[in-house]
Amino acid sequence: MSPPAESLAVQAQDLSLVFQTADAPVTALDRINLSIARGEFVSFIGPSGCGKTTLMRVIADLERATAGRISVNGVSPQQARQARAYGYVFQAAALYPWRNVLNNVMLPLEIIGLPAAERRARAERQLELVGLEGFERKFPWQLSGGMQQRVSIARALACEPDMLLMDEPFGALDEITRDHLNEQLLRLWERTGKTVIFVTHSISEAVFLSNRIVVMSPRPGRILELIDNDLPPGRTLDVRETPAFAAVAHRVRVALRAGHSYDG
Amino acid sequence: MTAEASAALAGPLPGGRWQAAGSRAWPVAVVVAVGLLVWYAAAVWLNAPRVIERLDGLGQPWGAPELVAAAWSMERPVMPAPHQIALDWWGSVFGNAIDSPRSLVFHAGVTLSATLLGFVFGMLLGVALAVGVVSSRVLDRGLLPWVIASQTIPILAIAPMVVVVLGSLGYPPLISKAVISMYLCFFPVTIGMVKGLRSPETLQLDLLRTYSATPSQTLRKLRLPAALPFLFASARVAIATSLVGAIVGELPTGAAAGLGARLLSGSYFGQTIQIWSALLMAALLGVTLVAAVGVLERLVGRWMGSAPAAPGRGR
Amino acid sequence: MMPRPLVMFAALLLVGGMGQPGGPSGLLALLGIGGVLLCLRAWPAPALAGIGLAALALMAWAMLLALSVPGPRGADANGLWLALGGWAIFVWCVLDRLALLQRPRPLGLLAPALLGAALLFAWEVLVVGWEVPRVLLPAPHAVGDALAARWHVLWPDFRQTAVAVLAGWAIGSGAGLAVALLADRVDFLRRGLLPLAGLAGAVPIVGIAPIMVMWFGFDWQSKAAVAAVVTFFPMLVNTLAGLAAVDTMQRDLMRTYAAGHGATLMKLRMPSALPFVFNALKINSTLALISAIVAEFFGSPIVGLGFRISAEVARMNVDVVWAAITLAALAGSAFYGLIALVERAFTFWHPSYRSS
Repeated sequence: MSPPAESLAVQAQDLSLVFQTADAPVTALDRINLSIARGEFVSFIGPSGCGKTTLMRVIADLERATAGRISVNGVSPQQARQARAYGYVFQAAALYPWRNVLNNVMLPLEIIGLPAAERRARAERQLELVGLEGFERKFPWQLSGGMQQRVSIARALACEPDMLLMDEPFGALDEITRDHLNEQLLRLWERTGKTVIFVTHSISEAVFLSNRIVVMSPRPGRILELIDNDLPPGRTLDVRETPAFAAVAHRVRVALRAGHSYDG
Repeated sequence: MTAEASAALAGPLPGGRWQAAGSRAWPVAVVVAVGLLVWYAAAVWLNAPRVIERLDGLGQPWGAPELVAAAWSMERPVMPAPHQIALDWWGSVFGNAIDSPRSLVFHAGVTLSATLLGFVFGMLLGVALAVGVVSSRVLDRGLLPWVIASQTIPILAIAPMVVVVLGSLGYPPLISKAVISMYLCFFPVTIGMVKGLRSPETLQLDLLRTYSATPSQTLRKLRLPAALPFLFASARVAIATSLVGAIVGELPTGAAAGLGARLLSGSYFGQTIQIWSALLMAALLGVTLVAAVGVLERLVGRWMGSAPAAPGRGR
Repeated sequence: MMPRPLVMFAALLLVGGMGQPGGPSGLLALLGIGGVLLCLRAWPAPALAGIGLAALALMAWAMLLALSVPGPRGADANGLWLALGGWAIFVWCVLDRLALLQRPRPLGLLAPALLGAALLFAWEVLVVGWEVPRVLLPAPHAVGDALAARWHVLWPDFRQTAVAVLAGWAIGSGAGLAVALLADRVDFLRRGLLPLAGLAGAVPIVGIAPIMVMWFGFDWQSKAAVAAVVTFFPMLVNTLAGLAAVDTMQRDLMRTYAAGHGATLMKLRMPSALPFVFNALKINSTLALISAIVAEFFGSPIVGLGFRISAEVARMNVDVVWAAITLAALAGSAFYGLIALVERAFTFWHPSYRSS
C-alpha cells in the first residue's frame, strides 16, 4: 500500500505539461508518476531539455501542469507555495547587489513579516550553517561565485522550509569549488533532515549526493528509471573512488543511453 | 503569471501579426479617446467664463447645450476644441498655395530645411568627435568629459547669441538655425557612436590583431559597422532635438517664417488656434522625421543582413 | 610618448616667438620650455604632471604679459602667434601624459581641466590679439567683468528662473513616476501610454510655452508648467523601462516567497529601477533648465535669465548676454552634478561604478 499523500513530500500522478507554440504543441512532460518521501535526497538527471527543470518548476508552482495530478506536502503546489513549504535555489545566485549578505538572507523573512530581532537571529544561524559567519557585511560582488551560491542556499533555508528545490546550483562553478560545495550540502542535509530535490546533469554529482535518482528521457520528458542509491550515508568525496559508486553510476549511464536519441 | 510565462515560452500569438498589431493598437486607441473626451470637457470648463459673459449679453435665455456649442466654437478661445484645431490646420495646409506665408506647409518647409541641415552637420560632427575620442587617448580623457558637461548647459540659451552674431557676419538665418540645431544634436550622436565604436567584443579585436590590422582598418572593418545600430538609435533622438533647435532659433529675432515664428506671432496676437495648429504641424513633422529615420534604419539593416526583429510579445 | 620631432618643433616655435614683435618674454618662455620637457620624461610620478602644468601656466602668463602692454596686434604680432602655436602643441603633450593618470580619482580630472583652461586661455589671447569687436565675441575677462558688474541684476534673474526650473522638474518627474507606477499596475494603461510617451519624444513640447503663458500668466508658474510637461515623459518612459528590466529569475524568486505585488515592487523592482530613475532625473535637470529659459523667450515679466538674454541681445549688450549664459551653464552643471552625487549614494551597487 502506498503511504498516504500527506506523508509524502511530492506525489505526481500522470503529470503532463504541453506548451502551445505557433508551430506545434511541445510536450515538456509526459505522464510523470513519481512519489518522493519526506527527508529524501532525490536527483533529477537527464540531457538538456529533458524537462527536469520543468518538473521542478511545476512542483514549485512556477509552471502549471496541463494534465494529471500533483500534490506537494499533501496539498496543491499553489497552496504549498503560499505556505512557503520550500526554498528555491537557482542556477545563479540571484542576490540583490544593493543589499549586503545578511540583508540578502533576511529578504524572505521581511516578506513574511517577522520582527527585526528574529530575522537577524535566523539569518545569522543560516549563514553559520553554510559556513559564512563573518561575511554578513560584505556585498555580493565582493564574494566569489561559490560563496555567493552559499548565500543563496542560506537564503533558501531562511524560512526553515521542509523542502529545498535546487536547479543545477553548482553548474556555473569550477569543479574544485563544486566538490567542496557538494560535500557541504550533504552534511547540511544530514544535519537538517530536509527533503531535497536536486536537478543536475552531472552523473557523479547525482550519485554522490542523492539516495534516489530519477533518470529522465529527452523531450518529451518521461521517467526512464528510478534508481535507489544504496551507498552508505555519511559519504565523503573518497566514496567516488569505490567500485560501489562506479556501479551505481554505470546504472545511471545505461539508463540515460537507453533513452537518449541523437536525432531531433 | 504562470500563464504569461507559458505564453512567453510558447512564442508568438496564434492568428499572426495582424492580431498582435490589433492588440497593441487597442489600448492606445482607448487612451487617445479618453484624452480627447477630457480635452473637450476642459475646453468647456476653461472657455466658460467668457462664453457666459457673451451669452448673458445677448439677452436671450440659454442653457447647457448653448454653452457647450459656444464654448467649442469661440474665435479666440482660452482652450480650443480639437476639431477647431484640426479645421484650422486643414484649412492652412490645403487651402493655401504652398509658398504662401499663410500656409503651414510653407512654414514647416522653412523649419524643415534648417532641421535637416543642422541634423546632417550634427551627425558629421558627432561621428568625427566619436572617432577622435576612440582613436586618441588625449581626446578621450580630455574632451569627452566636456562633451558630457556640455549637455548640462542650456544650449538654447545661446541661441539668440548665435543668431545675432552670425546675422551680423552676413549669414542667412538658415545657417544660424542650422548651427543651433547642430549644437543640440551632436551630443547624442557622439555618445552613442562612442558606445558603438567600443561595442565589439575583445575577442573580435584580438582576431584583428592576429591579422596585424592597422587601427584604421580596425575602424573601418569592425568598429564602424558594429556602431551602426547605435548610430541610428542616436539619430532618432538627434533629429527630434534638431527640430526643437530650429524652432527655437526662430524665436529671438522675431523671424517671419517657420513654425517657431508662427508660434511667436500667434502668441503676440492672441491667436490661440493658430498656436495650436502650428504645434500640431510641428508634432506631425517631428513624428514623421523620427519615423523616416526608423525606415532608413530598417533599409540599411536589411542591406547589411541583420536579422529581422522577431515578432512576439511586447518589445 | 609624444614623437620627438613634434616636441622639438613646438620648442622651436616658442623660441622663435620670443624674439618676434608681440612675443612673450624670453626668460619666462625658456623656463616654461624647460619645465615641459622635464615633465615629458617617462616617469609615471604625478609630481611631474604638476611641473608640466606649472610650466604651461608660466608660458601662458608670459603671453598674457605681452598682451597687456600696447603693442602690435592682429597679423603684425607674429611672435605671439608662433608662441601660441608652440604652446598648444605643448598642451597636447602634457595632456598625453595626464591621460595616463587615473587614481586617485581627483587626478583623473586634471586632463579635462587642463583642456578646458587651455581653450579658455586661447579664447582670451585670440580675441584680444586679433582685436575682435566686443559685439561679436567678448574675451573671457570681459564676461567676468560683466558678471561682477551686473550681478545685482543677474542674481534676481537667476532666482526667478531657478524657482521655475526646480518646481517644474519636481512636479514633472514626480508625476511621471506616479503615472509609471500606476501604469505598471494596470497593464492596459501601460500598453496605451508607452507608445504615446515615445511619440512625445519626437514632438517639440517646448512649443507649448505660449499656451502656458496664456493659461498661467507671465510669472514663473508658466515656465514651471512647461518644464513639468517636458520632464514628465522621459521620467515615465525610463521608470517603466526600469521596472520592466528585472531578471526573470528574480521575479520567480519572489514568487517562491509568495510575495504580493506591493512587496515585490518595494523590495525588488523599485531598487532595480533606481538607476533608470536617476538617469531620467539627470536628463530632466537639463531639460527643465532649457525649457524654463526658452519659455522665458516667449514672454516674461522683467526678470529671468531667458528674458535677460533675449532682451540684452536686442540691445547688443553682448557681454551681459554671455555673463547670463555662463551663469546658466554653471547652474545647469551644478544641478546635474548634485543629482549625480545623490545617485552615487543610492546606486553604489550598480556595475557601472565598479572598475572592470
